[in-house]
Amino acid sequence: MNAIIKLTLLLAAVLLLSCGEKKEKHKIQIFQKPKVEKKVAAPVSNEVPASKRITLDNKGVGKVKNLKLEPTIDNKMATRGAEIFKTNCTACHKTNKRFIGPNPTGILKRRSPEWVMNMILDPKLMTEEDQCAKDLLVEFNGAAMANQNLTEEQARDILEYFRTLK
Amino acid sequence: MKKYRFQLLSLFGAVILLTSCGNNNGNNKSRGALNSSAAEKVYVAPGEHDEFYAFMSGGYSGNLTVYGLPSGRMFKEIPVFSQFPTSGYGYSEETKPMLETSHGFVPWDDSHHPDISQTNGELDGRWIFINGNNTPRIARISLTTFETEEIIEIPNSAGNHSSSFVTENSEYVVAGTRFSVPIPQRDMPINEYKGNFQGALSFISVDPKHGHMDIKFQIIMPGFNYDLSHPGRGKSHGWFFFTTYNTEEANSLQEVNSSQNDKDFIAAINWKKVEEYVNQGGGTKVPANYVHNVYDETTHMATSTMKKEVLTVNPLDIPGAVFFLPTPKSPHGCDVDPSGQYIIGNGKLSADLTVHSFDNMIAAIEGKKFDGEAYGIPILKFEDVLAGTVKSGGLGPLHTEFDGKGNAYTTFFISSEVVKWKLGTWEVIDRKPTYYSVGHLMIPGGNSRKPFGKYLVALNKITKDRYLPVGPEMEHSAQIYDISGEKMELLYDFPTHGEPHYAAGIPAELLAPKSKKIYRLDENKHPYAVTSPDQARVERKGKEVHIYMSTIRSHFTPDNIEGVKVGDKVYFHITNHEQDFDVPHGFAMIGQNTSELLIMPGQTKSSLWEPKKVGVWPFYCTDFCSALHQEMQGYVRVSPANSDIELSWSLGGD
Repeated sequence: MNAIIKLTLLLAAVLLLSCGEKKEKHKIQIFQKPKVEKKVAAPVSNEVPASKRITLDNKGVGKVKNLKLEPTIDNKMATRGAEIFKTNCTACHKTNKRFIGPNPTGILKRRSPEWVMNMILDPKLMTEEDQCAKDLLVEFNGAAMANQNLTEEQARDILEYFRTLK
Repeated sequence: MKKYRFQLLSLFGAVILLTSCGNNNGNNKSRGALNSSAAEKVYVAPGEHDEFYAFMSGGYSGNLTVYGLPSGRMFKEIPVFSQFPTSGYGYSEETKPMLETSHGFVPWDDSHHPDISQTNGELDGRWIFINGNNTPRIARISLTTFETEEIIEIPNSAGNHSSSFVTENSEYVVAGTRFSVPIPQRDMPINEYKGNFQGALSFISVDPKHGHMDIKFQIIMPGFNYDLSHPGRGKSHGWFFFTTYNTEEANSLQEVNSSQNDKDFIAAINWKKVEEYVNQGGGTKVPANYVHNVYDETTHMATSTMKKEVLTVNPLDIPGAVFFLPTPKSPHGCDVDPSGQYIIGNGKLSADLTVHSFDNMIAAIEGKKFDGEAYGIPILKFEDVLAGTVKSGGLGPLHTEFDGKGNAYTTFFISSEVVKWKLGTWEVIDRKPTYYSVGHLMIPGGNSRKPFGKYLVALNKITKDRYLPVGPEMEHSAQIYDISGEKMELLYDFPTHGEPHYAAGIPAELLAPKSKKIYRLDENKHPYAVTSPDQARVERKGKEVHIYMSTIRSHFTPDNIEGVKVGDKVYFHITNHEQDFDVPHGFAMIGQNTSELLIMPGQTKSSLWEPKKVGVWPFYCTDFCSALHQEMQGYVRVSPANSDIELSWSLGGD
């Protein structure tokens, strides 16, 4: 008796399998590849707010990997940077106080030049994958930084402008 | 007993599995969802893109909708001739001029026949043109911004129906009149129509660089109804063909009186000859009033200009430029095959299709084989120009498109079907029903030298039971057919918006890569733009108050404004400082007698508010722009008209 049931079930299973195989050929790709979530395991420090934290070793996530600053400030770049900053950034960043976002004055005492560039160039990626950027988003009330579609050159000019802020 | 039952159950299960397997291997056409091959053909997985864009005219919506093929998903409604509160088109100060006409502001029209610009007879995907049927206008829409950039009114025209088709290199977009009218308009008895009314066929030049339109000349034709038209191509490039009906020149009960003649005409116009004539100073400039509206992408603004003159041409002054081809039974569609050899006139009261031959026509003209004349225009002999007749057995043929493989597809309104037939042999290859009463049909590139003969869309006039009922008024239904094989296969059925007449399709790869994502802030030349927030301000000029405002996620600068008074005209000029794809901001003011604005990244739009009540009145962003969208708001304090409160403005107390 049991044997018959087993046999029938087995038959059913085989049919299911073979069905599955045949279907495979006509299979439609319904699901996209699951996005690989990078888990950043860095512990969140609750003592120092992200805006005050010093993370000079962290280059952030993005296309700027290594950036060496010249000892002297390039005034031409800084002037261009100031102009771009005025048009694209002052809606949220003021250089004399914390506004919608952080005040960039003295930023290079806390962040690496690469981190600043990456934050300007791809804020979405940074707030997804960089712990410091994530914490900043929370600290600043969930006001996500806007991607202003700047070129790497323009972002570099803004960085040079930040060096002049005292 | 229990065990026995279980055994039966598992056997039964196995049988079901067997059966379902069999179905997968066998005929699966009528099976549900993903098992059917028809479903697979129209299935575009989440996140994947369609193969074609389809632009469907909106009919009485006055607009143009954008769909994907084969999925039938709607992507956008492009406002053209109608006010569109969704974006503020026709409501914003910048776009109100787009709907100006010689009759004043006309906020609606009936849009019929979209046609994509061509180079060498092939779709080039630069612009799409569409006609306003009721108050005659032609619009040009950019296929990089998908926005209406230009509208030109057509004088001396009425019921702008045999429009807006382009020549092989987009030299001209053509606008023919459906109604003949007195030219110039004057006070006269209607029953003196015959011999006194006339029909204008307008040739509008298209600037090859910017696309700007200008009426080059109008051919003043006899008082028939000019129904549809299509350009010659290839060997017949330089000619344009218009179907006519009401050659009886009836002015009442046309339903009966316009169907008396056994044959009406297809008017063949040698526009190259007319162009030559006017370039040499031919034609007569006559007074006219028509408005030309142009939207400038850098200033984000439209301007209206009233034009005062139009060049008219009497066809009798240019021998050899205009001929009539007799065509049976009030022909409607007038279609030219990809080679330019065959001109198909679909006599809508006939069962047969009449196919004229371009070569025969030229031979008849050269041999001067005329069969009389109408108002001095030579009529060619029907038998001399005829290439063949398609005996289809259908009823009420309307429109024909081509697949580029030697086949033609004709819609039949009365018998609700699409018929596939072969060019040259005129034999019917296949026929498939439509649901119901099909009007136009569209094959991407089907009106060009190079059709993309993979899908055919039938645009139906009647919906009835195709979808869940939604009361007496319904969207129209469209069907998509696979035409890659010998027989057509019905794949899918989807509703379309408004009343689509004609449509135009183009491979996605020709448009998608050049679709604009944002307007660059550093290219914004709007006179009221603020390109950095420190320029945000409020200015008073007498009773006018101009608020120069900027927005970015998620605030307005400024967001507190005082010093506005009852009776002021307050203009909000809002610049969106975002430079990221798909981050528009909206703007709406309580009690404003107009629509909201939807402002794209880098764009400036203006809205007028005339406050009538004292108080503190809020405004807010209407587009869910960020997690802090609900915080994106502000206040305007409105004081009594005689108040002396100074203008002031701020954001965050600064």
